[in-house]
Amino acid sequence: MRVDRRAVLVTAALLVAVLAAGVVLIGSGDYPMSPGDVLATLTGSGTPAQEFIVNDLRLPRALVGLLVGVALGIGGAVFQSVTRNALGSPDVIGFGQGASVGALCVIVLLHGGPAAVAGGAIVGGLATGAGVYLLAWRRGVHGYRLVLVGIGVAAVLTAVNQYLVTKANLVDATRAVLWMTGSLDGRDWAQFGPLLAVCAVLVPLILAYGRPLRLLEMGDDAAHALGVRVESTRIVLMASAVLLVAAATAAAGPIAFVALSAPQLARRLTRSPGPNLGAAAVMGALLTLVADWIATSAFGERQLPVGVVTGVLGGCYLLWLLVTERKAGRI
Amino acid sequence: MPAEPPPARRAAARAAGLLLAVAVLLLVCVASIAIGAKSIPLDGVWHGLFHSAGTGDDVIVADVRLPRTVLGLLVGCALGLAGAVMQALTRNPLAEPGLLGVNAGAAAAVVSAISFLGVTSLTGYVWFAFLGAAVVSVLVYALGGSRGATPVRLALAGTAMTAALFGYVNAVQLLDSAALDRLRFWTVGSLASADMATVGKVWPFIAAGVLLTLVIARPLNALEMGDETARALGASPARTRVLAMVAITLLCGAATAACGPIVFIGLMVPHLVRSLTGPDMRWVLPYAAVLSPVLLLGSDVVGRIVARPSELQVGIVTALIGGPVFIQLVRRKRMAQL
Repeated sequence: MRVDRRAVLVTAALLVAVLAAGVVLIGSGDYPMSPGDVLATLTGSGTPAQEFIVNDLRLPRALVGLLVGVALGIGGAVFQSVTRNALGSPDVIGFGQGASVGALCVIVLLHGGPAAVAGGAIVGGLATGAGVYLLAWRRGVHGYRLVLVGIGVAAVLTAVNQYLVTKANLVDATRAVLWMTGSLDGRDWAQFGPLLAVCAVLVPLILAYGRPLRLLEMGDDAAHALGVRVESTRIVLMASAVLLVAAATAAAGPIAFVALSAPQLARRLTRSPGPNLGAAAVMGALLTLVADWIATSAFGERQLPVGVVTGVLGGCYLLWLLVTERKAGRI
Repeated sequence: MPAEPPPARRAAARAAGLLLAVAVLLLVCVASIAIGAKSIPLDGVWHGLFHSAGTGDDVIVADVRLPRTVLGLLVGCALGLAGAVMQALTRNPLAEPGLLGVNAGAAAAVVSAISFLGVTSLTGYVWFAFLGAAVVSVLVYALGGSRGATPVRLALAGTAMTAALFGYVNAVQLLDSAALDRLRFWTVGSLASADMATVGKVWPFIAAGVLLTLVIARPLNALEMGDETARALGASPARTRVLAMVAITLLCGAATAACGPIVFIGLMVPHLVRSLTGPDMRWVLPYAAVLSPVLLLGSDVVGRIVARPSELQVGIVTALIGGPVFIQLVRRKRMAQL
């Protein structure tokens, strides 16, 4: 298979940017550290205080953010390729709202701990994904029906979430709103381990399916003629993508729009058609880390959850995407 | 195509239908006054409305249920008309103030007013809600509504707008937990805190919006046939669009300021109405004005019944009913070919 040099270069450049963003993110906070100090501490030659702040507080948070971004970026790329639609991403089809319903049920009704909340989110997200897919099914789910059904389902689930928030006492309500927004605050090694395990299995699996996925984008018939087992490929890829997005959501809440925008931005940078899986994954990580940095340092003493920043920026990005897609006559 | 009855008989049938709809609306209003955490028998309702002597039931009727019902009437009417006008203006079956982010715009402006400017009065909310509703209507219309837009574009423009604006609303709530406590009820959409003062403040705006929509009914019909034909028929497309936007802003801004963002009323009712009356806006608008409050008040009553002794906010009930209707619309064959 021909290796696209531009794609490789872009991915490498993004990777460098991710590492730089990670160092800056780790260095910022109530106890600011220069990039040099951060690197020194990471390589084991910092003061004990620096070691504690970096290794116990900020590094796990940054790594969770990184993996969440990777999972959302690559998961979104698969969604968009399989639906052959720039907007067929988990954000638009109600996945986040479904995960929120699951998590909120645990928070508000069962007062469960973080692990139970994560479990609730995964169940809610998976059920929503399956439900939207079934509702949109009519001899295939291509085209915009999936998107519109997703918008409808999302509206219903949002109502359920709002009901749960009004039902809660103020403490649970605050926790619920914070969770629904998507936050990396207080994430530690306990979240990192499971997320890493999921990513370690599924990301290589999806990358290995890169070629069949690219053929699948040309249409089922063409892919079949070229020897792709269409249905099984699609099921494996979608299941992996759904699980990745669910795992990311369980770890950090529904961080909006990373899954939508990362693959699109990656495609624009690499200028190659088709699913730029690797570039999308790294772009997702970059977006998440930069958004987290903005959320924690741009508002003075006040810190916002990262999902607020991605929500606002992502909403604006989606509007821009609509404008350009219309100019290009694609929508 | 089925044989059309002669115009005079058709008009008579439509007028009779409208009367029937008014009768249904009256029934729903009575139900809205009678049914609740404490149900009140019909003679009690009558007593409380017309011969109030200050008994417990009389107070509930006069101070709680009546304002709530009147506000539901006003807000339902406003949202239904706004939806009908939007669908005509954009020639788009999925247009709806809630879906298109107009309510979110009003919500974002109100939240800013509460948190940053310390606005606490409803009078203050209303003006900010207008501002937000106006800005977002113009933006969404420019992005997705004007010539040649598909329903998907419009729905997505609204979704994007809603996402960005509610992201902002969330941010404000998180930075200001006192605001969260006030806003978490307001952002759901509820009639529960209605009182006559609220009604007194919003009715002039809604009345103005209603009058405006009735004035532009005929030009909107002309606009359906394209700008050229509309001009030939003596309707100015540009003026009609501006007036329609003003009407939408007045209606959505006032409704949202009074009881928070309520979705799907403006989507469902005009669809139902068009299947009854056909596309003529001179009939669609009055029908929508009468049947939308039926749906809103009906949802409010249902919300009070199913969650007794507490209640389900009406915005939640309308979303739970409206979401499936929306999905059904989308699954229709015509829409499937988008």
